[in-house]
Amino acid sequence: MKEELIIAGFGGQGVLSTGKILAYSGVMQDYEVSWLPSYGPEMRGGTANVTVIISDKRISSPTLQKFDTAILLNQQSMDKFESQVKPGGVLIYDTNGITRHPERTDIKIYTIDAAEEAAKRGNSRIFNTLILGGYLKVRPIVTLENVFKGLKKSLPERAWKSLPMNEEAIRIGMDIIKEVR
Amino acid sequence: MKKEVRLMKGNEVLAEAAIRCGADAYFGYPITPQSEVMETLMELQPWETTGMVVLQAESEVAAINMVYGAASTGKRVLTSSSSPGVSLMSEGFSYLAGAELPCVVINVTRGGPGLGTIQPSQSDYFQATKGGAHGDFHLITLAPSSVQEMHDFVFDAFELAFKYRNPVMILSDGVIGQMMEKVVLADQRPRRTEAEVIAAEKDWALTGKTADREEHVITSLELDPYAQERFNEKLIAKYNKVRENEVRYETYKTEDADYIIVAFGSAARICTMTVDMAREAGYKVGLIRPITLFPFPTKAIAEMAAKGAKGFLSAELNHGQMVEDVRLAVNGKAPVEHYGRSGGAVFSPDEVYNALLTKIIKK
Repeated sequence: MKEELIIAGFGGQGVLSTGKILAYSGVMQDYEVSWLPSYGPEMRGGTANVTVIISDKRISSPTLQKFDTAILLNQQSMDKFESQVKPGGVLIYDTNGITRHPERTDIKIYTIDAAEEAAKRGNSRIFNTLILGGYLKVRPIVTLENVFKGLKKSLPERAWKSLPMNEEAIRIGMDIIKEVR
Repeated sequence: MKKEVRLMKGNEVLAEAAIRCGADAYFGYPITPQSEVMETLMELQPWETTGMVVLQAESEVAAINMVYGAASTGKRVLTSSSSPGVSLMSEGFSYLAGAELPCVVINVTRGGPGLGTIQPSQSDYFQATKGGAHGDFHLITLAPSSVQEMHDFVFDAFELAFKYRNPVMILSDGVIGQMMEKVVLADQRPRRTEAEVIAAEKDWALTGKTADREEHVITSLELDPYAQERFNEKLIAKYNKVRENEVRYETYKTEDADYIIVAFGSAARICTMTVDMAREAGYKVGLIRPITLFPFPTKAIAEMAAKGAKGFLSAELNHGQMVEDVRLAVNGKAPVEHYGRSGGAVFSPDEVYNALLTKIIKK
């Protein structure tokens, strides 16, 4: 098992923390993991991305040029990373704010209207866990039980009161993800 | 009992390891991409638990001189910075080596020269391995390539620093500093008591002169050139001992290799993938990863050349620094080429593979 994933979007969308929850879920399932963020000027309000690798073997390079899965949450990320999905790989995106939709036909494409769902529920904070749920529906690489454990591990204790809300969001995300092609 | 596995950033782990290995003090000044070291220390507040001092100095120059002062008393002290900050500290390295003081310095390297970029680089290899400041001296330099090694090497660095009474550098970079991986943390070791410091460092440390011992003088100043020369010869003898006893490296698929990639730190991780790509294509390629950069694994590389390796590629995130040490080791027995990216750009396994093909295998 080896999953090479990139999550990219605006700083503040929870890109890095989504990656961290997923990486910690991998740890809970005894996998090897690496989490490598983009950092620097782009984090201060611009685009942010994180490369997460989850594998049953020792991870060699933590930096990658091609990905099994890309979760793309703004237009800049779509423009930059659509071409970096491996043939046969998966691209997941939120249609909110996307003006140029993905064009590739050699990969599987899914949409998840997480921004809309979060707004509908009046809770923008669940945006990233909705996305995570959608991803796990398509790529069930870790058990939901371990994801919930990973979620708890990646949050400081003062934030544990938000666990039920986020667990529910993961389940909702699994329901609202849609296959495009 | 099974130890807890945690997911942590390399920089955070440096801070945890410093506390857990029983360090007495950290002095530093923030700079990207290593600011999490002091941030984590401030969050963990070790002064409340082990009694370790954590102090943000007014500058890197102040920080390294605080290290000098505290190290003079036999305490276990460290500092961390990134490239431009390390340059500011470098005068201190020379004084520390000249006064034979043990300490640990961490460089989470970024792109240079000058203020450069804040992205990962390995362009401080020369500085880290050739002394890094004036005078005949070396830092002992360890290059971690994983978050676990960031942890382990803090312990190893203090061991070496006290064994040889010399500054030890952990040369990391923005990839290893910023990435998160699984890590198993060591149990907390107690800080040494005053009595233990006095007993262990009785020959040199400034622990308060008593009637029953000679005075200790910590200095790097000598007015007699012949005395200075004798001292320098003593230092060089020490470095030769380090060269003899402390070389560390790791090899990957080198047993039958025709071609050898030499890479350290994060670059070595990337090149492991290159080796696998090359093997899949039918080329017998292996990797040697120097773990100590000074002392350099000269002998191991020389033996590979003597055994008939047909070419070496030094793959570095710079424009050709370690390659000079590889050339010295290979000593003309096989072609040695360099491939690198710099300024914060990080090469991909494919790029190294293409360089290997064009510069070494198909040449």
